[in-house]
Amino acid sequence: MHTRSNNDKAIYRKTITDRIFWSVIAVGAVIASLIMVLIVIFLVVESYDFIDRVGVLHFVTDDGWWPLDQLYNLTPMLVASLGVSFGALAIASPLAIIFSVYCVFYNKGWWQGFFERIVDVTAAIPTVIYGFWGLMVVVPIMNKFTSHGVNLFSGMLVLAMMIFPTIAMLTTSALKSVPFNQIQGATALGVRRSSLIKKIALPHAKPGIVMAMILGITRAIGETMVVLMLCGNVVQFPSSLFDPTRTLTANIALEMPYAMGDHRSSLFVTGLMVLIVVSILVIISEVYANRKRTMNH
Amino acid sequence: MSTTTFAHNTKKHNANDWLATTVIYIFSALVLIALALPIGEIIINGYDKLSFDFITQLPEDSGRSGGISSILASTALIVLIAMITATPLALCTAIMLTEYLPEHSLRSSIIRGSLDVLAGVPSVVFGLFGLAFFCQTLELGYSILAGGLTLSCMILPTLSRSITSALHTVGDEYRISGAALCLSRLSTLWHVTLPVVLPGIAVSVLLGLTRAIAETALLLFTSGYSDKMPSSITDSGRSISVHIYELATNVPGGQQSAYGSALVLLLSLLLLSVLLHLTTHKLQRRMIRG
Amino acid sequence: MVDNKQCPVSDFEISGIELEASLPNQYASIAEPCSEDCDTKFTIEEDCSSCKPEQYCCIEINNICINFGKAKIIEDVSLKIYRNAVTAIIGPSGCGKSSFLCGINKLTDLFPNCQVNGSVKFEWDHSIYTQKASLLRRHVGMLFQKPNPFPFSIRKNLEFPLREHGISDPYEISVKVEKALSDVGLWDEVKDRVDESALSLSGGQQQRLCLARALILEPSVLLMDEPCSALDPMATKKIEGLIQELSKKMTVILVTHNLSQAKRVADHVALFWKTDNIGRLIEYGSVDDFFGQPKHELTKTYLEFG
Repeated sequence: MHTRSNNDKAIYRKTITDRIFWSVIAVGAVIASLIMVLIVIFLVVESYDFIDRVGVLHFVTDDGWWPLDQLYNLTPMLVASLGVSFGALAIASPLAIIFSVYCVFYNKGWWQGFFERIVDVTAAIPTVIYGFWGLMVVVPIMNKFTSHGVNLFSGMLVLAMMIFPTIAMLTTSALKSVPFNQIQGATALGVRRSSLIKKIALPHAKPGIVMAMILGITRAIGETMVVLMLCGNVVQFPSSLFDPTRTLTANIALEMPYAMGDHRSSLFVTGLMVLIVVSILVIISEVYANRKRTMNH
Repeated sequence: MSTTTFAHNTKKHNANDWLATTVIYIFSALVLIALALPIGEIIINGYDKLSFDFITQLPEDSGRSGGISSILASTALIVLIAMITATPLALCTAIMLTEYLPEHSLRSSIIRGSLDVLAGVPSVVFGLFGLAFFCQTLELGYSILAGGLTLSCMILPTLSRSITSALHTVGDEYRISGAALCLSRLSTLWHVTLPVVLPGIAVSVLLGLTRAIAETALLLFTSGYSDKMPSSITDSGRSISVHIYELATNVPGGQQSAYGSALVLLLSLLLLSVLLHLTTHKLQRRMIRG
Repeated sequence: MVDNKQCPVSDFEISGIELEASLPNQYASIAEPCSEDCDTKFTIEEDCSSCKPEQYCCIEINNICINFGKAKIIEDVSLKIYRNAVTAIIGPSGCGKSSFLCGINKLTDLFPNCQVNGSVKFEWDHSIYTQKASLLRRHVGMLFQKPNPFPFSIRKNLEFPLREHGISDPYEISVKVEKALSDVGLWDEVKDRVDESALSLSGGQQQRLCLARALILEPSVLLMDEPCSALDPMATKKIEGLIQELSKKMTVILVTHNLSQAKRVADHVALFWKTDNIGRLIEYGSVDDFFGQPKHELTKTYLEFG
């Protein structure tokens, strides 16, 4: 694409319709790029007044989340969001890596592409179905062991299932990008398959796998339905894996339909916080990708 | 001489290899079972509920009995609005990025960067935005239109990214040969580029459709909860995923209907997935032949 | 010893899977673990340094056929490779020379849709070909067209195959590493930076490192797939010298496009040709006979071009 530079603008004949078309396209592209700006503006405008009035410290030091009594501590929910997401990542990523290794290096026979297609299909399952399934199946099982079936662990488990396809798909493609001559060279030395995977393939695919994990956790933090349905929605610092808790996203979904005034503004602050956490993760992944790229050159 | 002097024990290595193989096989089997569980559960429990009546009748008793016809109609309207508004915008962005702007110019990085950030925004934040902008600032209220428009913002990055990459697959030779024939950029695009990438655009639209149908959180507070048959797009309407959420959490005894609705949702997604697969195949065949 | 019966070797990890479906899983059939102890010690009874190499057949290849899915790559190739000699395989592009070479150390397993039929017998163990791929590949080293060092340090590149084959004593490893690097003339060039990345070496050095990596396992047979085609003339000369040096101790099979190279280093030459889209062996003889009095018409034509 680099062949197309500014000076080849002249190569096309210009007509009136062409100019009109250009303006239509430009307007469309501008609208599309403005949406992001609009989102940030609306979040900031809706919450700025409130933050200005109440002060940032209140979101950290208040005695709890009682928005109707002017207590707006968001930290328990932030901790819950991060806890659930990292827990889900810890469950999903080892399994995803093992599964991808299986798909790329072990799987053969008629079902060759079949497993990858299953992962494709499960990636498209709506999160509300995962939440519903968790409510119907995981929670009753959990109830047998603890007093609260809806708890941090149920959410973590189902969230792990939800982010598994994302991580597995990206890991599979990272493993497939290992250069064939490396595989060939190692095999010609009589290297066994397990060492080939451990010493050659996985180190080579590591950047791709890290990116897959970052994308997985980004999805997990932004996810609403599963945690809303399965984590129990009690605002507290979870003291064990089996305590009910509430995440930032669930908080918004739960209270937005009836929130008014300051309460409503506090939910916009919650939304802003989710956006900040997700942006930090996206920035980390961008920096990591750039560093890998420059290291390779 | 060609005498080999290796006399070392490699038993340990073989044992490691066996162990690795066994672990990989066992865990992969477990994962496959886990992936199949939700689908299996929904199919087994939803199968009884699924019938012609279920699809064509109105919900009764908060959805515990009756069908989901109004829900399906609302869903279709929401998704239709989202696609109708998002597809042209995405197409414009993609054409702008591939045809007009040089790859590394400031303007193209701004558009690209903004879409990349947009793709990472969680859907619940889109919901907040939709509520503040479409429902309140534009005074659309809790309506199918507001929900559809918010949804279109959410699928826009997905759509424009995949349309852009579809347009990128067309080599510069096409464009240069178009210019060489003294065609305008528009006619090159219309007669040369677009016919080639049409299947690619179809795939992108199907992909966006899949995401739109699956979305729930954002519709919770933009399109409303009403399970009545919508008479216009300014009415409140409940999408099928919101319906499942309502039945599962707020309606005691609604599980059977929830299973049925979940199965309908899964089946439609499966249908889309098959369509997607077929289109991609057709695309590949065409690329090979062409 | 001669067994003309076509023996299918397909039970070892070669399955006829469809071409289209195979792409995602091209690595599915890399050596599976062998259940037995891969620890056999091979000795060759007689000392034959005084004998003429022609009398000792190292590898006997009978009616080997290689198919990729439904496409036949080579058909019915039978030849004897002589011990401690250089056998050059020449022929036009696409005539299956490289596939033939990969057939010898079962590297064809990397392509799940590739099937090898026929028998390959090594003088020291007649059944090794059908049984233990990882053991076979320890004894049959291979050098590729493009240098492919692993992205580790120079030392680790050489340690990796040793550890993989059960040698973990640090002293033994360091002795072997030094010997292998000296054998390929790389020791003096890199002895101060063996812990630097192998990718920092030049192309010719990388190729010699790959050779050292193959030699460190002390193979009896060395397969070379156009080892000089990516190198400059100086590096080529070094590698050619090494080939002749090596052929005193081991059997070398060399695939090359370069007729003069074959003339310079080889003791025996085989010409492969593609007829009806299938690669076949056309002529095989000692280097003097082959270049001096070629028997086949195709050979004569081919030599004229060279």
